[in-house]
Amino acid sequence: MSAINSGEIDLAVVGAGPAGLAAATTAAELGLAVSVFDENATPGGQIYRGIEAVAAKRGADFAVLGDAYRAGESIVRDFRASKAAYAPNTGVWLVQKDRQLGIVRDGKAGMVAARRVLIATGAQERPVPIPGWTLPGVMLAGAAQGLLKSAGMVPAGPVVLAGNGPLLYQLAAQLVAAGVKIAALLETRSERAAALPHLPAALMAGNYLAKGLGLIAAVKRAGVPIRRGVTELRALGCERLEAVEVAAGGRTERIDAALLCLHQGVVANVQLSLAIPLKHEWSAAQRCWRPVVDQWGNSDVEGIAVAGDCAGIGGAEAAAHAGRIAAFEAARALGRIDAAARDTHAASDLAAWRRHLRARPFLDALYPPAQGLVVPADDVPVCRCEEVTAGQVRDAVRQGGTGPNQVKSFTRSGMGPCQGRMCALTVSEVIADALGKPVAEIGTYRIRPPIKPLTVGELAALE
Amino acid sequence: MFRRLHEPEAAVTITVDGAPLVAGAGETVAAALLASGNPVCRQSPASGQPRAPFCMMGACFDCLVEIDGVPNRQSCLVEVRPGMAVRRQARPTPVGP
Amino acid sequence: MTIPRDFDAVVIGGGLHGCSAAYHMAHAGLKPVVLEKNVVARHASSASAGGVRRLGRDPAEIPLAMASIELWHSMRDMLGDDAEFRATGQVRVAENDQDMAKLAERAASVRALGYDHEVVLDRKQLRRLVPAVSEHCVGGLYTARDGYAFPYKATAAFRLKAEALGAVVEEGTGVTGVEREAGRFVVATNRGAFRAPVLVNAAGAWGAEIARMLGDEVPLEPVALMMMVSARMPHFLDPTVGCAGRPLSFKQMRSGTVVIGGGYRGRVAADGELTELEFRRLALSARTAADIFPIMRDATLVRCWAGIEGFTPDDLPIIGPSKAAPGALHSFGFCGHGFQLGPIVGSITAQLVTQGRTNLPIEAFRVDRFAGQAAV
Repeated sequence: MSAINSGEIDLAVVGAGPAGLAAATTAAELGLAVSVFDENATPGGQIYRGIEAVAAKRGADFAVLGDAYRAGESIVRDFRASKAAYAPNTGVWLVQKDRQLGIVRDGKAGMVAARRVLIATGAQERPVPIPGWTLPGVMLAGAAQGLLKSAGMVPAGPVVLAGNGPLLYQLAAQLVAAGVKIAALLETRSERAAALPHLPAALMAGNYLAKGLGLIAAVKRAGVPIRRGVTELRALGCERLEAVEVAAGGRTERIDAALLCLHQGVVANVQLSLAIPLKHEWSAAQRCWRPVVDQWGNSDVEGIAVAGDCAGIGGAEAAAHAGRIAAFEAARALGRIDAAARDTHAASDLAAWRRHLRARPFLDALYPPAQGLVVPADDVPVCRCEEVTAGQVRDAVRQGGTGPNQVKSFTRSGMGPCQGRMCALTVSEVIADALGKPVAEIGTYRIRPPIKPLTVGELAALE
Repeated sequence: MFRRLHEPEAAVTITVDGAPLVAGAGETVAAALLASGNPVCRQSPASGQPRAPFCMMGACFDCLVEIDGVPNRQSCLVEVRPGMAVRRQARPTPVGP
Repeated sequence: MTIPRDFDAVVIGGGLHGCSAAYHMAHAGLKPVVLEKNVVARHASSASAGGVRRLGRDPAEIPLAMASIELWHSMRDMLGDDAEFRATGQVRVAENDQDMAKLAERAASVRALGYDHEVVLDRKQLRRLVPAVSEHCVGGLYTARDGYAFPYKATAAFRLKAEALGAVVEEGTGVTGVEREAGRFVVATNRGAFRAPVLVNAAGAWGAEIARMLGDEVPLEPVALMMMVSARMPHFLDPTVGCAGRPLSFKQMRSGTVVIGGGYRGRVAADGELTELEFRRLALSARTAADIFPIMRDATLVRCWAGIEGFTPDDLPIIGPSKAAPGALHSFGFCGHGFQLGPIVGSITAQLVTQGRTNLPIEAFRVDRFAGQAAV
C-alpha cells in the first residue's frame, strides 16, 4: 500500500470512512488504480475512528464501544490488504470539474488528476446553537465519542448530555460502560407521533430499533437522570463552562457541569460537493442539503460521484454498500466491466443499501432537531468563527440581504476559517423563517476553495 | 476536561507555550490539550474569548493552534510528535477603526 | 400582456454603478427603478477587492477619480453609511531600480497634467508607511487620501438610500428586450415590462448585451478576476499596496483579514454566471504577496473567488449617452477598476439626465469609440 499511485489514477476517493474504504477495496479488486485521500492519520472515518489502535492495543475498549463499532474492523482490514493507495494526513482542498484534485500534506500542496472521483466525506454533526455554546467545556457529542474511540479518553468531571438522536444515547451507554457518571441526560425530543407511520418500514430494515432500545435501557439501568421535553438550554460560565441551565415542563434548573455534550443528529457533509459545485437539493426530512445523485452515486458532473452519508444520511452500513455500488459503477464507466456485469456485481449491495435506507424515514421523524435550536433566538451566536448572532442575521435580512451570500457580506457570518460548516444550516433556516419561505428557496452559501487550510506559501509553491 | 482510561503505551513529550506536556503516541494535539487540564486552544479572533476543541472532526476550526511556527493548524487532525512546539493563539491585534 | 409599470428612469443592473445612478437620480427628485437579473451586487460589486484608488489611473480617468474621492470622503453624510471606507492611502511598490524609475516618470507625467496626488516614496519613506514590506523593495508611489472600502456594503448603502428616496429595486428581474414607444423605453423582463423616458445601462459584464438591444455595438469581454482572503491576522498594514512590476492588489481589511488580488484571470463558466478558479495562476499571486510581505508566507487562506467583470479593448469604461438610442445612457465595462469611480459616475449619469450635460470630461469613454473594430 503506497501513499499515492505513481501512475495514472483511475479512481480518486476523498475520505476513508466506510463508504470510501469499501469503494476503494472493491475498485482495486476490479483492477482500478485507486488512491484514497484522507485528512486523518488512520483509516475508519468518524464512525470507526481509531479502530486499528483499539484492535491492536486497547481490545478491552471494544466492550465499551460496542458491536456496531467493531464491525469496522473488517472494512479497514480489507482495505489495508487491498492494492488501493492510501494518503493519510492529506487534506483535499479542491476538486475541479475536470477531476483535478488539490491536495496538501506536510506543508506541501499539489494537484493530482484522476479519471474518476468519488466523494465520501461522510457526515458532520448538526450545529446546536444555544446561548454559551462557544464556551470551552461545550462540545458536540461526536467529539466526546471520537476521543473515546481514538484516545481512550472519557470526561473527567461532571458531564451533561443534551439534545436528541441515536448518537446521544449511544454515547451515554458507552460512557456508562466506561464507568463515567453522567450528571444528566437532557432530551429535547418532543413530538414522536410523526414517526409512527414510518415504523413498519423501519422494522423491516434491520435491528436499528432493537439496538436503540437496548441503548436507552442501558442508560436508564445505570441510573442516569433523564429530563424529557427540554425546551430551553443554556451553557453558563465565564471563561469556561460551569453549569447548564435547563428548562423543561415549565421548570428551570441549574446543573453543575465541566462538560456539556450537545447533539442534534448528523447531516451530510457537503462542503466539498458544494465547492465543486455539484447540484444540490434540500432534504426536508433530514433538514440538510445533499447532492443530487442517482442510485450509483453519479452526480450532475461527469465522472464525479458521491457515496455514503455525504449524499444524505443513511448510516455506516448503508455507506459501505453505497461505496461498493459506486465502485462497480466506476469500473463500468472506465470500461473495465460492462453494464450487465455491474448490475450483477452490485445486485446484493443495492438490495442491502435500500433495506438500510428504509429505516431512515422513521429515525428522521423520531429525532427531528428541536425548532428552537434550528431557528435560535436573537441573542444566540450562530456563526462561531465571526461571532454573528441570529439577531444580526435577521437585521441583515431587513436590510435587503435576502439570501445567505448577502447575509454573509453584511455580517461576516460564514467568512471565518470554518467557511460556514458550523453556521450555514442555521443561517439558511433563520432567513427562511424571517421571510416565511421554504429553506429550499433560500439556498446556502457559495462555498469556495480552498476548503481545507492552505497557506499562502503552500499555494505559492503549488506544483 | 478529559482523562485517559489507560496509561498510554508510549509517551510523547511536546511543548505547549514552552512548557512540556506528556501525551500518548497516536493522540492528536487537541486530545492532548483536552487531557492536560487546560483545553483552551486560542482566543477567538473576533472578540478574544477563549475557545477549545468543539467538534474533534475537522469541521469547526475552533481547535486552531500554532504548530512548529505555523499558525491556524487544526489540532484535532494533527498527531503529536516528539519535540513538537504548540502555541495557543492569541487574538490578533485588531486593525482598528 | 400586462401594462408596463412607469418610472422616470429604468436602470439595468443592480451593481454599484446602477445603485449609484439610482441614488443620484432619486436625490435629484426622479423615481428610478433598478432591474437586477439576480440579486443586488451579485457579481463584480461584491467580488471586487474594494480598492478606492486614484493611484496609477489612466489620464482620462483622473478627473473623475479626483471628483469621486471627495464623495468617498463624504459618504457617511451622503448615504448615512461609509461602507467601511478607510482612507489609509495606496502605495505602489518598486522591487528594483528600473521599476522605481518608471514610478518616478509616472509621478512626473501626472504632475505635468496639473495633479499632485501621486507622490514618490524613497526606501525610508516606504518603510515608514509599510513597515512589513520586504527588504528588497526600493521605494514606491503613494496617494494619501485613497484607501479601501467594503464593496458589498457600498453597493447596499447606495441601494438603501436610493430606496429611501423613492427608488424601486427589482431583484430577480432579467431584461429580455428593449423597445421605443413614443419617446419612452419599454423594457421587457421575465417579471413584466417597465417604461421610462430614460434608460441607464449599468449591466457590468453584460453591458454589451443591453447596448446591442439599444443599437450600440461594443466589444466587451467577460473576465473572471481572481482574489483570495486570509484568516484574520495581527495588524501589520494600513495602506493598500500594489506593485510596479507584477500584478498585485494587497490590503489588510478592518477585520484583520488580508485580501489579495491584482488581475489574475480565472474562467467564466459556461452558464456565464459562475466562475472557476485557475489555481496554478493564482499561485503566482500568492508568490508575489509572499515576496513583498514575508509575513504572508504562513498566512492561512480562507477562501478564493472570482468576480465577473466586463473588459473593453482599451481598458477604459463606457460612460455617457447611447449613440443609437437618444435618452439611453451607458455606465459599464469598468475593466476591473470601477469601484472607486462608482459614486461619481452615478452622479454624472444623473447630471446627464437632469441637465443634459456634465461638468466632467467623459469624451474618452464614449460608446462608439470602437466603431469599425471587430467585436470580441
